[in-house]
Amino acid sequence: MQKKTISGKRKAYVALMRVLMFTSVFFTCALVLFLIVFVMVKGIPNVSWELLSTAPSYLSGRIGILPDILNTVYIVIATLLVVLPLGVGAAVYLTEYAKNKRVVSIIEYAAETLSGIPSIIYGLVGMLFFCQFLNLQTSLFAGALTLVIMNLPTVMRTTQESLKTVPQSYREGAFGLGAGRWRMIRTVVLPGCVDGIITGCILSVGRILGESAALLFTAGFAHALNGIFEGLASSGATLTVALYVYAKEQGEFGVAFAIAAILMVLTMLVNLTAAFVGWYFKKRRSI
Amino acid sequence: MKNKKKVLETVIHGIFLILGLITVGCVLLISVYLVVSGIPAIREIGIIDFLFGKEWSSTSSDPEYGILPFILTSIYGTAGAILLGVPIGFLSAVYLAKIAPPKLKAVIGAAVSLLAGIPSVVYGLVGMLVLVPGIRMLFGIPDGASLLAAIVVLAVMILPSVIKVSMTALEAVPKEYEDASLALGATPVETYFRVSVPAAKSGIAAAVVLGIGRAIGEAMAVMMVSGNVANMPSIFQSVRFLTTAVASEMSYSSGLQRQALFSIALVLFLFILLINATLNFFLKRSKEK
Repeated sequence: MQKKTISGKRKAYVALMRVLMFTSVFFTCALVLFLIVFVMVKGIPNVSWELLSTAPSYLSGRIGILPDILNTVYIVIATLLVVLPLGVGAAVYLTEYAKNKRVVSIIEYAAETLSGIPSIIYGLVGMLFFCQFLNLQTSLFAGALTLVIMNLPTVMRTTQESLKTVPQSYREGAFGLGAGRWRMIRTVVLPGCVDGIITGCILSVGRILGESAALLFTAGFAHALNGIFEGLASSGATLTVALYVYAKEQGEFGVAFAIAAILMVLTMLVNLTAAFVGWYFKKRRSI
Repeated sequence: MKNKKKVLETVIHGIFLILGLITVGCVLLISVYLVVSGIPAIREIGIIDFLFGKEWSSTSSDPEYGILPFILTSIYGTAGAILLGVPIGFLSAVYLAKIAPPKLKAVIGAAVSLLAGIPSVVYGLVGMLVLVPGIRMLFGIPDGASLLAAIVVLAVMILPSVIKVSMTALEAVPKEYEDASLALGATPVETYFRVSVPAAKSGIAAAVVLGIGRAIGEAMAVMMVSGNVANMPSIFQSVRFLTTAVASEMSYSSGLQRQALFSIALVLFLFILLINATLNFFLKRSKEK
Protein backbone atom coordinates (compact mmCIF):
# COMPACT_ATOMS: atom_id res chain seq x y z
CA MET A 1 0.00 0.00 0.00
CA GLN A 2 2.67 2.39 1.06
CA LYS A 3 5.05 1.36 -1.68
CA LYS A 4 2.68 2.41 -4.42
CA THR A 5 2.72 6.01 -3.22
CA ILE A 6 6.50 6.36 -3.65
CA SER A 7 7.48 7.80 -6.99
CA GLY A 8 10.18 6.28 -9.19
CA LYS A 9 12.49 9.17 -8.53
CA ARG A 10 12.32 8.66 -4.79
CA LYS A 11 12.85 4.93 -5.21
CA ALA A 12 15.95 5.58 -7.28
CA TYR A 13 17.25 8.01 -4.64
CA VAL A 14 16.79 5.48 -1.87
CA ALA A 15 18.39 2.71 -3.89
CA LEU A 16 21.35 4.91 -4.84
CA MET A 17 21.97 6.02 -1.27
CA ARG A 18 21.76 2.42 -0.06
CA VAL A 19 24.30 1.28 -2.62
CA LEU A 20 26.63 4.16 -1.78
CA MET A 21 26.41 3.45 1.95
CA PHE A 22 27.03 -0.27 1.56
CA THR A 23 29.95 0.36 -0.77
CA SER A 24 31.53 2.79 1.71
CA VAL A 25 31.16 0.49 4.67
CA PHE A 26 32.37 -2.46 2.65
CA PHE A 27 35.37 -0.44 1.52
CA THR A 28 36.21 0.58 5.09
CA CYS A 29 36.02 -2.99 6.35
CA ALA A 30 37.96 -4.37 3.40
CA LEU A 31 40.65 -1.77 4.04
CA VAL A 32 41.07 -2.76 7.69
CA LEU A 33 41.12 -6.43 6.79
CA PHE A 34 43.63 -5.88 4.01
CA LEU A 35 45.95 -3.87 6.27
CA ILE A 36 45.88 -6.51 9.00
CA VAL A 37 46.37 -9.46 6.66
CA PHE A 38 49.03 -7.76 4.53
CA VAL A 39 51.14 -6.62 7.47
CA MET A 40 50.82 -9.96 9.26
CA VAL A 41 51.62 -12.08 6.20
CA LYS A 42 54.64 -9.94 5.35
CA GLY A 43 55.75 -9.45 8.93
CA ILE A 44 55.21 -12.62 10.94
CA PRO A 45 57.66 -14.79 8.92
CA ASN A 46 60.37 -12.23 9.67
CA VAL A 47 59.82 -12.25 13.42
CA SER A 48 62.39 -14.58 14.90
CA TRP A 49 63.73 -15.09 18.38
CA GLU A 50 67.08 -13.74 17.26
CA LEU A 51 65.45 -10.55 16.00
CA LEU A 52 63.61 -10.05 19.27
CA SER A 53 66.45 -10.87 21.61
CA THR A 54 69.57 -9.26 20.20
CA ALA A 55 71.03 -5.87 19.42
CA PRO A 56 72.06 -5.06 15.85
CA SER A 57 75.68 -5.75 15.03
CA TYR A 58 77.48 -4.54 11.94
CA LEU A 59 80.28 -7.08 12.45
CA SER A 60 78.06 -10.09 12.06
CA GLY A 61 75.53 -8.28 9.83
CA ARG A 62 72.78 -9.08 12.30
CA ILE A 63 69.71 -6.96 12.90
CA GLY A 64 68.03 -7.20 16.28
CA ILE A 65 65.33 -5.01 17.73
CA LEU A 66 65.72 -5.72 21.44
CA PRO A 67 67.14 -2.22 22.09
CA ASP A 68 64.17 -0.66 20.29
CA ILE A 69 61.72 -2.74 22.32
CA LEU A 70 63.43 -1.72 25.56
CA ASN A 71 63.57 1.93 24.49
CA THR A 72 59.84 1.84 23.83
CA VAL A 73 59.22 0.38 27.28
CA TYR A 74 61.46 2.99 28.93
CA ILE A 75 59.82 5.88 27.15
CA VAL A 76 56.33 4.62 27.98
CA ILE A 77 57.24 4.32 31.67
CA ALA A 78 58.96 7.71 31.83
CA THR A 79 56.15 9.49 30.00
CA LEU A 80 53.40 7.98 32.13
CA LEU A 81 55.26 8.73 35.37
CA VAL A 82 55.39 12.40 34.48
CA VAL A 83 52.11 12.85 32.64
CA LEU A 84 49.87 11.13 35.19
CA PRO A 85 50.42 13.51 38.13
CA LEU A 86 50.27 16.52 35.82
CA GLY A 87 47.16 15.46 33.94
CA VAL A 88 45.26 14.16 36.95
CA GLY A 89 46.25 17.24 38.96
CA ALA A 90 45.02 19.55 36.23
CA ALA A 91 41.73 17.66 36.01
CA VAL A 92 41.28 17.81 39.80
CA TYR A 93 41.96 21.52 39.75
CA LEU A 94 39.36 22.07 37.04
CA THR A 95 36.58 20.05 38.65
CA GLU A 96 37.28 20.51 42.38
CA TYR A 97 39.00 23.84 42.87
CA ALA A 98 38.46 26.25 40.02
CA LYS A 99 35.65 28.70 40.68
CA ASN A 100 36.57 31.23 38.07
CA LYS A 101 34.80 30.24 34.83
CA ARG A 102 37.27 32.27 32.81
CA VAL A 103 40.26 30.32 34.13
CA VAL A 104 38.50 27.03 33.41
CA SER A 105 37.72 28.00 29.84
CA ILE A 106 41.28 29.22 29.24
CA ILE A 107 42.73 25.93 30.50
CA GLU A 108 40.26 23.88 28.47
CA TYR A 109 40.96 25.93 25.38
CA ALA A 110 44.69 25.40 25.90
CA ALA A 111 44.15 21.64 26.18
CA GLU A 112 42.11 21.61 22.97
CA THR A 113 44.81 23.58 21.17
CA LEU A 114 47.46 21.14 22.40
CA SER A 115 45.56 18.13 21.10
CA GLY A 116 45.35 19.68 17.64
CA ILE A 117 49.04 20.47 17.22
CA PRO A 118 50.80 18.08 14.81
CA SER A 119 53.51 15.87 16.24
CA ILE A 120 56.23 17.29 14.00
CA ILE A 121 55.80 20.65 15.75
CA TYR A 122 56.07 18.95 19.13
CA GLY A 123 59.26 17.36 17.89
CA LEU A 124 60.68 20.69 16.83
CA VAL A 125 59.83 22.55 20.03
CA GLY A 126 60.91 19.55 22.10
CA MET A 127 64.27 19.66 20.36
CA LEU A 128 64.65 23.41 20.96
CA PHE A 129 63.44 23.41 24.55
CA PHE A 130 64.32 20.06 26.12
CA CYS A 131 67.37 19.05 24.08
CA GLN A 132 69.00 22.44 23.64
CA PHE A 133 67.64 24.91 26.22
CA LEU A 134 67.46 22.44 29.13
CA ASN A 135 70.56 20.73 27.75
CA LEU A 136 69.18 17.20 27.93
CA GLN A 137 70.76 16.44 24.52
CA THR A 138 69.07 14.00 22.17
CA SER A 139 67.88 11.47 24.71
CA LEU A 140 64.94 9.23 25.49
CA PHE A 141 64.16 11.45 28.47
CA ALA A 142 63.85 14.53 26.24
CA GLY A 143 61.59 12.45 23.99
CA ALA A 144 59.51 11.36 26.96
CA LEU A 145 59.06 14.96 28.11
CA THR A 146 57.93 15.93 24.61
CA LEU A 147 55.40 13.09 24.71
CA VAL A 148 54.23 14.32 28.12
CA ILE A 149 53.05 17.58 26.55
CA MET A 150 51.37 15.63 23.75
CA ASN A 151 49.50 13.31 26.08
CA LEU A 152 48.62 15.84 28.74
CA PRO A 153 45.25 16.77 27.15
CA THR A 154 44.27 13.09 26.82
CA VAL A 155 44.93 12.19 30.46
CA MET A 156 43.33 15.43 31.58
CA ARG A 157 40.16 14.86 29.58
CA THR A 158 39.59 11.22 30.54
CA THR A 159 40.18 12.02 34.23
CA GLN A 160 37.86 15.00 34.04
CA GLU A 161 35.11 12.90 32.44
CA SER A 162 35.27 10.36 35.23
CA LEU A 163 35.52 13.02 37.97
CA LYS A 164 32.23 14.39 36.71
CA THR A 165 30.58 11.03 37.40
CA VAL A 166 31.56 11.07 41.10
CA PRO A 167 28.26 12.04 42.77
CA GLN A 168 28.18 15.47 44.36
CA SER A 169 26.61 13.94 47.48
CA TYR A 170 29.84 12.00 48.20
CA ARG A 171 31.74 15.27 48.34
CA GLU A 172 29.12 16.88 50.54
CA GLY A 173 29.18 13.84 52.80
CA ALA A 174 32.93 14.14 53.26
CA PHE A 175 32.67 17.86 53.98
CA GLY A 176 29.82 17.21 56.38
CA LEU A 177 31.99 14.80 58.35
CA GLY A 178 34.52 17.59 58.76
CA ALA A 179 37.05 16.69 56.08
CA GLY A 180 39.06 19.47 54.50
CA ARG A 181 39.09 19.83 50.73
CA TRP A 182 42.38 17.98 50.29
CA ARG A 183 41.30 15.09 52.50
CA MET A 184 38.02 14.90 50.59
CA ILE A 185 39.90 14.75 47.27
CA ARG A 186 42.33 12.13 48.54
CA THR A 187 39.76 9.81 50.06
CA VAL A 188 36.64 10.35 47.96
CA VAL A 189 37.36 11.94 44.60
CA LEU A 190 40.60 10.28 43.51
CA PRO A 191 39.46 6.68 44.22
CA GLY A 192 36.32 7.47 42.24
CA CYS A 193 38.17 8.46 39.10
CA VAL A 194 40.47 5.43 38.80
CA ASP A 195 38.71 4.37 35.61
CA GLY A 196 39.41 7.70 33.95
CA ILE A 197 43.05 7.55 34.94
CA ILE A 198 43.42 4.00 33.62
CA THR A 199 41.68 4.88 30.35
CA GLY A 200 43.96 7.89 29.99
CA CYS A 201 46.98 5.64 30.57
CA ILE A 202 45.90 3.17 27.90
CA LEU A 203 45.16 5.86 25.33
CA SER A 204 48.53 7.46 26.07
CA VAL A 205 50.35 4.14 25.67
CA GLY A 206 48.67 3.71 22.29
CA ARG A 207 49.72 7.16 21.23
CA ILE A 208 53.31 6.72 22.45
CA LEU A 209 53.61 3.39 20.61
CA GLY A 210 52.52 5.04 17.37
CA GLU A 211 54.49 8.24 17.66
CA SER A 212 57.45 8.83 15.41
CA ALA A 213 57.69 12.41 14.13
CA ALA A 214 57.96 13.91 17.61
CA LEU A 215 60.66 11.46 18.63
CA LEU A 216 62.90 11.67 15.59
CA PHE A 217 64.63 14.88 16.71
CA THR A 218 64.19 14.53 20.47
CA ALA A 219 65.02 10.89 21.17
CA GLY A 220 67.11 10.15 18.10
CA PHE A 221 67.65 6.76 16.50
CA ALA A 222 70.48 4.86 18.16
CA HIS A 223 70.12 1.12 18.71
CA ALA A 224 72.34 0.62 21.78
CA LEU A 225 71.37 -1.85 24.48
CA ASN A 226 70.97 0.01 27.79
CA GLY A 227 69.47 -0.29 31.25
CA ILE A 228 66.61 2.05 32.06
CA PHE A 229 68.53 4.95 33.60
CA GLU A 230 71.37 4.78 31.13
CA GLY A 231 68.79 4.38 28.37
CA LEU A 232 66.80 7.44 29.37
CA ALA A 233 69.95 9.55 29.34
CA SER A 234 71.09 8.42 25.91
CA SER A 235 69.67 8.58 22.43
CA GLY A 236 67.56 5.68 21.25
CA ALA A 237 64.94 4.64 18.70
CA THR A 238 61.51 3.37 19.72
CA LEU A 239 59.88 0.65 17.61
CA THR A 240 58.11 3.12 15.32
CA VAL A 241 61.23 5.21 14.74
CA ALA A 242 63.20 2.01 14.11
CA LEU A 243 60.58 0.95 11.55
CA TYR A 244 60.98 4.25 9.75
CA VAL A 245 64.77 4.07 9.75
CA TYR A 246 64.88 0.45 8.54
CA ALA A 247 62.31 1.03 5.79
CA LYS A 248 63.25 4.47 4.52
CA GLU A 249 66.96 4.83 5.10
CA GLN A 250 68.26 1.25 5.02
CA GLY A 251 65.76 -0.51 2.76
CA GLU A 252 65.45 -3.42 5.22
CA PHE A 253 61.81 -4.15 4.48
CA GLY A 254 61.80 -7.56 6.16
CA VAL A 255 62.74 -6.05 9.51
CA ALA A 256 60.38 -3.12 8.93
CA PHE A 257 57.45 -5.47 8.36
CA ALA A 258 58.38 -7.55 11.38
CA ILE A 259 58.22 -4.39 13.49
CA ALA A 260 54.99 -3.36 11.76
CA ALA A 261 53.43 -6.73 12.65
CA ILE A 262 54.51 -6.32 16.28
CA LEU A 263 53.10 -2.79 16.37
CA MET A 264 49.86 -4.02 14.83
CA VAL A 265 49.46 -6.68 17.52
CA LEU A 266 50.28 -4.12 20.23
CA THR A 267 47.71 -1.70 18.79
CA MET A 268 45.06 -4.42 18.87
CA LEU A 269 45.98 -5.25 22.47
CA VAL A 270 45.77 -1.58 23.47
CA ASN A 271 42.34 -1.23 21.82
CA LEU A 272 41.05 -4.44 23.39
CA THR A 273 42.29 -3.38 26.83
CA ALA A 274 40.65 0.02 26.46
CA ALA A 275 37.36 -1.59 25.44
CA PHE A 276 37.58 -4.08 28.30
CA VAL A 277 38.35 -1.40 30.89
CA GLY A 278 35.45 0.70 29.64
CA TRP A 279 33.10 -2.28 29.81
CA TYR A 280 34.35 -3.39 33.24
CA PHE A 281 33.95 -0.02 34.91
CA LYS A 282 30.60 0.62 33.29
CA LYS A 283 29.37 -2.68 34.67
CA ARG A 284 30.78 -1.95 38.12
CA ARG A 285 29.19 1.47 38.14
CA SER A 286 25.76 0.23 37.20
CA ILE A 287 25.63 -2.15 40.19
CA MET B 1 46.31 23.28 64.78
CA LYS B 2 43.52 24.82 62.80
CA ASN B 3 45.87 27.37 61.34
CA LYS B 4 48.27 24.66 60.24
CA LYS B 5 45.46 22.87 58.45
CA LYS B 6 44.48 26.05 56.70
CA VAL B 7 48.03 26.64 55.51
CA LEU B 8 48.20 23.08 54.20
CA GLU B 9 44.94 23.56 52.30
CA THR B 10 46.20 26.77 50.73
CA VAL B 11 49.49 25.17 49.71
CA ILE B 12 47.70 22.24 48.11
CA HIS B 13 45.29 24.57 46.36
CA GLY B 14 48.33 26.38 44.99
CA ILE B 15 49.91 23.15 43.77
CA PHE B 16 46.76 22.13 41.92
CA LEU B 17 46.47 25.60 40.42
CA ILE B 18 50.00 25.27 39.04
CA LEU B 19 49.22 21.82 37.65
CA GLY B 20 46.11 23.24 36.01
CA LEU B 21 48.03 26.07 34.43
CA ILE B 22 50.70 23.77 32.97
CA THR B 23 48.66 23.19 29.80
CA VAL B 24 48.41 26.94 29.29
CA GLY B 25 52.17 27.15 29.92
CA CYS B 26 52.81 24.48 27.28
CA VAL B 27 50.74 26.28 24.66
CA LEU B 28 52.58 29.52 25.43
CA LEU B 29 55.94 27.74 25.34
CA ILE B 30 55.22 26.24 21.93
CA SER B 31 53.89 29.50 20.48
CA VAL B 32 56.76 31.60 21.84
CA TYR B 33 59.42 29.16 20.67
CA LEU B 34 57.95 28.90 17.19
CA VAL B 35 57.56 32.66 16.79
CA VAL B 36 60.97 33.53 18.22
CA SER B 37 62.81 30.93 16.17
CA GLY B 38 60.67 31.37 13.06
CA ILE B 39 60.76 35.14 12.61
CA PRO B 40 64.50 35.74 11.93
CA ALA B 41 64.64 33.71 8.72
CA ILE B 42 61.44 35.29 7.39
CA ARG B 43 62.97 38.70 8.08
CA GLU B 44 66.18 37.83 6.31
CA ILE B 45 64.57 36.21 3.29
CA GLY B 46 61.68 38.68 3.09
CA ILE B 47 58.12 37.57 3.75
CA ILE B 48 57.02 37.82 0.09
CA ASP B 49 60.01 35.86 -1.21
CA PHE B 50 59.55 33.31 1.55
CA LEU B 51 55.83 32.69 1.22
CA PHE B 52 55.48 33.11 -2.54
CA GLY B 53 58.90 32.06 -3.83
CA LYS B 54 58.51 29.10 -6.14
CA GLU B 55 62.01 27.74 -5.67
CA TRP B 56 63.41 25.88 -2.67
CA SER B 57 67.07 24.95 -2.99
CA SER B 58 68.47 25.27 0.49
CA THR B 59 71.71 23.41 -0.13
CA SER B 60 72.86 24.99 -3.41
CA SER B 61 75.62 27.60 -3.47
CA ASP B 62 73.08 30.34 -4.12
CA PRO B 63 70.27 29.12 -1.88
CA GLU B 64 66.61 29.94 -2.55
CA TYR B 65 64.04 29.75 0.19
CA GLY B 66 60.60 29.90 -1.37
CA ILE B 67 58.00 27.71 0.31
CA LEU B 68 55.07 28.19 -2.06
CA PRO B 69 55.53 24.61 -3.36
CA PHE B 70 55.19 23.25 0.20
CA ILE B 71 52.19 25.40 1.02
CA LEU B 72 50.37 24.45 -2.17
CA THR B 73 51.28 20.78 -1.79
CA SER B 74 49.91 20.75 1.75
CA ILE B 75 46.71 22.44 0.60
CA TYR B 76 46.22 20.22 -2.46
CA GLY B 77 47.14 17.09 -0.56
CA THR B 78 44.70 17.90 2.21
CA ALA B 79 41.95 18.85 -0.23
CA GLY B 80 42.47 15.61 -2.14
CA ALA B 81 42.38 13.55 1.03
CA ILE B 82 39.16 15.29 2.09
CA LEU B 83 37.53 14.77 -1.32
CA LEU B 84 38.38 11.09 -1.19
CA GLY B 85 38.04 10.30 2.49
CA VAL B 86 35.07 12.39 3.63
CA PRO B 87 32.38 10.89 1.35
CA ILE B 88 33.40 7.36 2.30
CA GLY B 89 33.66 8.25 5.97
CA PHE B 90 30.39 10.17 5.99
CA LEU B 91 28.38 7.45 4.24
CA SER B 92 29.89 4.79 6.51
CA ALA B 93 28.97 6.92 9.53
CA VAL B 94 25.34 7.21 8.42
CA TYR B 95 25.13 3.46 7.94
CA LEU B 96 26.79 2.69 11.27
CA ALA B 97 24.83 5.25 13.26
CA LYS B 98 21.40 4.57 11.78
CA ILE B 99 21.10 1.26 9.96
CA ALA B 100 23.69 -1.24 11.19
CA PRO B 101 22.46 -3.90 13.64
CA PRO B 102 24.11 -3.44 17.08
CA LYS B 103 26.47 -6.42 16.79
CA LEU B 104 27.73 -5.45 13.34
CA LYS B 105 28.09 -1.88 14.57
CA ALA B 106 30.27 -3.03 17.46
CA VAL B 107 32.50 -5.10 15.18
CA ILE B 108 32.93 -2.37 12.56
CA GLY B 109 33.39 0.20 15.32
CA ALA B 110 36.28 -1.85 16.70
CA ALA B 111 37.77 -2.08 13.21
CA VAL B 112 37.55 1.69 12.81
CA SER B 113 39.23 2.18 16.21
CA LEU B 114 42.02 -0.10 15.06
CA LEU B 115 42.40 1.99 11.93
CA ALA B 116 42.79 5.04 14.17
CA GLY B 117 45.38 3.31 16.33
CA ILE B 118 47.70 2.00 13.62
CA PRO B 119 50.96 3.99 13.76
CA SER B 120 51.47 6.35 10.83
CA VAL B 121 54.76 4.70 9.87
CA VAL B 122 52.88 1.45 9.25
CA TYR B 123 50.62 3.29 6.79
CA GLY B 124 53.74 4.72 5.24
CA LEU B 125 55.34 1.29 4.95
CA VAL B 126 52.30 -0.33 3.34
CA GLY B 127 51.97 2.71 1.07
CA MET B 128 55.59 2.40 0.02
CA LEU B 129 55.25 -1.25 -0.97
CA VAL B 130 51.68 -1.40 -2.30
CA LEU B 131 50.53 2.04 -3.36
CA VAL B 132 53.71 3.44 -4.88
CA PRO B 133 54.42 0.47 -7.20
CA GLY B 134 50.68 0.23 -7.90
CA ILE B 135 50.50 3.84 -9.09
CA ARG B 136 53.66 3.40 -11.13
CA MET B 137 52.23 0.43 -13.00
CA LEU B 138 48.67 1.72 -13.28
CA PHE B 139 49.60 5.07 -14.78
CA GLY B 140 52.85 4.09 -16.44
CA ILE B 141 54.98 6.75 -14.78
CA PRO B 142 58.65 6.31 -13.84
CA ASP B 143 58.14 6.78 -10.09
CA GLY B 144 54.95 6.13 -8.16
CA ALA B 145 56.03 8.18 -5.15
CA SER B 146 53.77 11.14 -5.84
CA LEU B 147 51.14 13.53 -4.58
CA LEU B 148 48.51 10.95 -5.54
CA ALA B 149 50.05 8.30 -3.26
CA ALA B 150 50.16 10.81 -0.41
CA ILE B 151 46.52 11.76 -0.99
CA VAL B 152 45.38 8.13 -0.83
CA VAL B 153 47.36 7.47 2.37
CA LEU B 154 46.01 10.65 3.98
CA ALA B 155 42.46 9.78 2.94
CA VAL B 156 42.79 6.44 4.72
CA MET B 157 44.31 8.05 7.77
CA ILE B 158 41.54 10.63 8.23
CA LEU B 159 38.80 8.03 7.72
CA PRO B 160 38.53 6.96 11.39
CA SER B 161 38.27 10.54 12.73
CA VAL B 162 35.64 11.44 10.15
CA ILE B 163 33.61 8.30 10.89
CA LYS B 164 33.81 8.61 14.69
CA VAL B 165 32.95 12.30 14.95
CA SER B 166 30.13 12.12 12.36
CA MET B 167 28.69 9.08 14.12
CA THR B 168 28.62 10.88 17.45
CA ALA B 169 26.83 13.82 15.83
CA LEU B 170 24.30 11.60 14.03
CA GLU B 171 23.55 9.57 17.14
CA ALA B 172 22.77 12.77 19.05
CA VAL B 173 19.93 13.74 16.67
CA PRO B 174 16.66 13.65 18.66
CA LYS B 175 14.60 10.61 17.79
CA GLU B 176 11.46 12.76 17.53
CA TYR B 177 12.80 14.42 14.37
CA GLU B 178 13.18 11.07 12.69
CA ASP B 179 9.86 9.76 13.98
CA ALA B 180 8.08 12.84 12.63
CA SER B 181 9.67 12.40 9.23
CA LEU B 182 8.76 8.70 9.13
CA ALA B 183 5.20 9.46 10.18
CA LEU B 184 4.89 11.91 7.29
CA GLY B 185 5.63 9.07 4.91
CA ALA B 186 9.33 9.42 4.21
CA THR B 187 11.26 6.17 3.87
CA PRO B 188 13.96 5.47 6.47
CA VAL B 189 16.83 6.22 4.07
CA GLU B 190 15.21 9.53 3.04
CA THR B 191 14.77 10.36 6.71
CA TYR B 192 18.43 9.72 7.52
CA PHE B 193 19.75 11.85 4.69
CA ARG B 194 17.16 14.65 4.63
CA VAL B 195 16.39 14.99 8.34
CA SER B 196 19.14 13.43 10.48
CA VAL B 197 22.08 14.65 8.40
CA PRO B 198 20.95 18.30 8.23
CA ALA B 199 20.23 18.20 11.98
CA ALA B 200 23.75 16.93 12.62
CA LYS B 201 25.46 19.20 10.13
CA SER B 202 27.57 21.13 12.63
CA GLY B 203 28.98 17.91 14.04
CA ILE B 204 29.68 16.58 10.56
CA ALA B 205 31.39 19.84 9.65
CA ALA B 206 33.51 19.43 12.78
CA ALA B 207 34.44 15.93 11.56
CA VAL B 208 35.59 17.35 8.23
CA VAL B 209 37.63 20.09 9.89
CA LEU B 210 39.20 17.55 12.24
CA GLY B 211 40.13 15.53 9.17
CA ILE B 212 41.72 18.60 7.61
CA GLY B 213 43.79 19.14 10.75
CA ARG B 214 44.93 15.51 10.80
CA ALA B 215 45.84 15.56 7.10
CA ILE B 216 47.79 18.80 7.13
CA GLY B 217 49.75 17.78 10.23
CA GLU B 218 50.73 14.28 9.16
CA ALA B 219 54.45 13.92 8.50
CA MET B 220 55.92 10.43 8.57
CA ALA B 221 53.48 8.48 6.41
CA VAL B 222 53.50 11.23 3.82
CA MET B 223 57.29 11.42 3.86
CA MET B 224 57.49 7.72 3.01
CA VAL B 225 55.21 7.83 -0.04
CA SER B 226 55.47 11.32 -1.56
CA GLY B 227 59.01 11.16 -2.96
CA ASN B 228 60.04 14.27 -1.05
CA VAL B 229 61.26 16.52 -3.88
CA ALA B 230 60.49 20.24 -3.66
CA ASN B 231 58.41 20.45 -6.86
CA MET B 232 55.37 22.57 -7.45
CA PRO B 233 52.47 20.20 -6.78
CA SER B 234 51.27 18.01 -9.59
CA ILE B 235 49.35 14.81 -9.10
CA PHE B 236 51.94 12.40 -10.54
CA GLN B 237 55.06 14.20 -9.36
CA SER B 238 57.21 13.86 -6.30
CA VAL B 239 56.24 16.54 -3.85
CA ARG B 240 57.15 17.85 -0.44
CA PHE B 241 54.66 18.97 2.22
CA LEU B 242 55.13 21.61 4.92
CA THR B 243 55.56 18.85 7.49
CA THR B 244 57.99 16.78 5.45
CA ALA B 245 60.03 19.85 4.52
CA VAL B 246 60.74 20.32 8.21
CA ALA B 247 61.32 16.65 8.93
CA SER B 248 63.56 15.83 6.00
CA GLU B 249 66.18 18.56 6.36
CA MET B 250 66.23 19.10 10.10
CA SER B 251 68.88 16.51 10.88
CA TYR B 252 71.61 18.02 8.69
CA SER B 253 70.60 21.68 8.48
CA SER B 254 72.48 24.68 9.83
CA GLY B 255 72.46 28.47 9.74
CA LEU B 256 69.81 30.21 7.66
CA GLN B 257 68.58 26.89 6.27
CA ARG B 258 67.79 25.68 9.80
CA GLN B 259 66.10 28.95 10.66
CA ALA B 260 64.04 28.72 7.48
CA LEU B 261 62.84 25.29 8.63
CA PHE B 262 61.62 26.86 11.87
CA SER B 263 59.80 29.46 9.78
CA ILE B 264 58.09 26.66 7.84
CA ALA B 265 56.99 25.17 11.16
CA LEU B 266 55.62 28.56 12.14
CA VAL B 267 53.57 28.75 8.92
CA LEU B 268 52.26 25.23 9.60
CA PHE B 269 51.41 26.24 13.17
CA LEU B 270 49.40 29.23 11.92
CA PHE B 271 47.46 26.94 9.59
CA ILE B 272 46.73 24.62 12.52
CA LEU B 273 45.58 27.47 14.76
CA LEU B 274 43.18 28.60 12.04
CA ILE B 275 41.85 25.06 11.65
CA ASN B 276 41.47 24.66 15.42
CA ALA B 277 39.50 27.89 15.66
CA THR B 278 37.17 26.65 12.91
CA LEU B 279 36.83 23.29 14.64
CA ASN B 280 35.91 24.94 17.94
CA PHE B 281 33.33 27.08 16.18
CA PHE B 282 31.58 24.03 14.73
CA LEU B 283 31.86 21.99 17.91
CA LYS B 284 30.35 24.79 19.95
CA ARG B 285 27.50 25.20 17.51
CA SER B 286 26.86 21.48 17.49
CA LYS B 287 26.77 21.45 21.31
CA GLU B 288 24.38 24.39 21.50
CA LYS B 289 21.89 22.47 19.44
